[in-house]
Amino acid sequence: MSTTDPDLRANGLHLAYDNRLVAEDLDLVVPPGRITAIIGANACGKSTLLRALARLLAPRQGAVRLDGRALQSIPTRELAQRLGILPQTPVAPEGLTVIDLVNRGRSPHQTWWRQWSKADEQAVHGALAATGMTDLANRAVDELSGGQRQRAWIAMAVAQGTPVLLLDEPTTYLDLAHQVDVLDLITDLNRRESRTIVMVLHDLNQACRYADHVVAMKAGRIVAEGAPADVITAQTVEEIFDLRCQVMTDPVSGTPLIIPMGRHHDAPGVRAVAETA
Amino acid sequence: MTRPSPPRPRQNSHHPGGTFPHPSRRPFRLTAPPVSGILRPRLIVVCVALAVAAFLVFCRGISVGDYPIGLTGVVKALAGSGDPGTLLVVRELRLPRAVVGLLAGIAFAVSGALFQTMTRNPLASPDMIGLTAGAGTAVVAGIVLGWDGGLGTQTLGLLGALATALLVYTLAWKRGTTGYRIILVGIGVSWVCTSATDYLVARGGRFQAQAALGWLVGNLNGRGWDQAVPLTVVMALLVPAALVLGRLMRTLQLGDDVAAGLGTRVQPVRFALLLTGVGLVAFGTAAAGPIAFVALAAPQIAQRLAGTAWPPPIASGLTGALIVLAGDLIARELISGTELPVGIVTGVLGTPVLLWLLIRTNRAGSGG
Repeated sequence: MSTTDPDLRANGLHLAYDNRLVAEDLDLVVPPGRITAIIGANACGKSTLLRALARLLAPRQGAVRLDGRALQSIPTRELAQRLGILPQTPVAPEGLTVIDLVNRGRSPHQTWWRQWSKADEQAVHGALAATGMTDLANRAVDELSGGQRQRAWIAMAVAQGTPVLLLDEPTTYLDLAHQVDVLDLITDLNRRESRTIVMVLHDLNQACRYADHVVAMKAGRIVAEGAPADVITAQTVEEIFDLRCQVMTDPVSGTPLIIPMGRHHDAPGVRAVAETA
Repeated sequence: MTRPSPPRPRQNSHHPGGTFPHPSRRPFRLTAPPVSGILRPRLIVVCVALAVAAFLVFCRGISVGDYPIGLTGVVKALAGSGDPGTLLVVRELRLPRAVVGLLAGIAFAVSGALFQTMTRNPLASPDMIGLTAGAGTAVVAGIVLGWDGGLGTQTLGLLGALATALLVYTLAWKRGTTGYRIILVGIGVSWVCTSATDYLVARGGRFQAQAALGWLVGNLNGRGWDQAVPLTVVMALLVPAALVLGRLMRTLQLGDDVAAGLGTRVQPVRFALLLTGVGLVAFGTAAAGPIAFVALAAPQIAQRLAGTAWPPPIASGLTGALIVLAGDLIARELISGTELPVGIVTGVLGTPVLLWLLIRTNRAGSGG
C-alpha cells in the first residue's frame, strides 16, 4: 500500500457512448482512505462515472486525475498498480481455480520471466486469507456459490494491491446475507488496509450504512454529495428517485434508513412525517 | 463523517492463520531469482508425452512408403547419415511432407487455441469463423476460373484467408471488437464463402471440380520443400509471438473490463492476437489445405488432457501435430492403395477423441 493517500478526482467530465451523452459536468473529489458510494436511479450514469474513474471509458471532455496526472496519460500497467476495478458480475472461464484467478490479479506486477515471486505469493495468500477463501483455493470458481464467487473476485482485486479499489454493484444477484457479508468484507479492506473504495450501490440503505461519503446522481448529473446523514433526507430521496419515503435512523448503525412508501401504503399522517423528517 | 461501527462479519469465514493447501499434484512454485513461475506437473507430463508421440509418428510417417525404411534408418537419415539412396528419399521426398504435416498441425492448433482463449468460446476456432472457408473460395476460384493472376495455389489460399480475416474484423468492429461479435460475423462470412465455393465447384468442369475438392478437404499428398520452407520461416516467427501473447491472454480471458483493470491494453493485444492467429491459419492452410477439425478440436483435447481452464498453447500445438501426422499415416497405411486426403481422417479421428474427453471430464466433474 502506498504511503501517500491516493488523490482521485474528476473535473468537468462529459461522458458519452458514441454520440449519446450520458453524463455531463461531473466534478468529484474521492475522499482518500474512505468508502464512497455512488447512488442513483437506473440509467442515471452512475456505472458510467465509475467506468470513467477506472479509465474503461475515455471522457468526451474534462479529465479524471490520479495524483495530479490525467488517467489517459498514465501507462496502463502503472495505472493497474495504483487503481483496481471490479466490474459488475464478471465471469471466470470454466474450470479456473480460485488461486489461479487470484494470481491473475498480480498481472500488473508480473513479467514474463517473473510470474510467481515471493511478493506475489504473499499477496495471493494474503488476499485468500482476507476474503476467507483459503480453504477453497483449489476449487473451480464456477462451482462456487454466488457469494463465494464474489469473494473470489474480490480476492483477485485485493491481490492486485491497489490503493484505490472501484467496484460496480458488488452485491448484485446475491441474497441478503451474502450482500451484508460482501459489504462487511469491503469495510474490512478499508479499515485494515486503508484502501480507498468507490462503489456503485443499488441499495440506498446499504449505501448509508457502509459508505462514509455518498454521491447521488440523477440524469447524468451529481445532485448531492456528502456524508449519508447530511445527504439522505426524504426530500433528496424524492428528488433523486422520484420516490416518496420516510427516513428514520437505522437502529443498528445509526445511519439514515429509508422506508419507501409507494402508492398503496400511504398511511394517514405519513406524508406530514415525511416532510418534517 | 463519524458513525457507529458496522457489525463485525457474521460468518466465521476468516482464516488468517489457516494453512494453504498444497497437495503435490497441484501447481507448485518455482523460483530461481529473478526467474519465477508456476509449474504444472500434469501439463509438463502431457507436453512431454505428446512431443514423444508426435516425434514417433513423424518418423513412422517417413519410414513407410514404396521404399520402406526402418525407424532407426529414418532417425539416422534425419541426423545426416546413411546411404545416399535413403538420404535422397528421406530428404527430398518424405521429410518435406512430414514437415508440412507437423507444422500445419501446430499452426492450426495454436491458432485455434489463441482464438478460443481470446473469445472465451471453443466455437471461435478459425475454421468456424470463416478463415479457412475464405482460403477455400480463393483457391477454388483460381482452379475453376483458371485465373490465378500468376499466383500459385499457396498464395491464393493465403490471400483468401487474410482477406476474410480483414472482412470479419471490419464487419465486427463497433467501438472495438468483442469475441461474441467476431464469432457471429465470422459464421455469417463463413457461410457466404462456402456458398461461393459450392457455386464455383458446381460451375466448374469435372476435372476442375475434382482438383478443387481434393484441395478443399486438406491434403498432404505431393507436398515438397516449396510448401515446407515458407511455412517453416513463418512458424519460426509466429509461434514465439503466440507464446508471448498467450501470457497476456490470461487476463483477457476474464473479460475486457477486468483485463483492462489488470493493466492489459485490450484492443492492441486483441489485434496482435488476431494477426498472429490469422497468420498461422493462413499459412497452414496455404501449405496443407484446410485440414478439418484440427483448429477446433486440438486445443480442446489438449486442455482436457492437461486439466487446465484454458487451451495451453504448447500442448495444443503438439496435439495438432499429432492429429495431422497420425491422420496422414492412417490415410496412407490402413487404407492402402488410395492416397486418401488427411482431412478426411482427421475429422473421423478427432471427433471420437473429443467426444470421449467431453464425456469423461463431465462425469469426473473436473478438468472442464
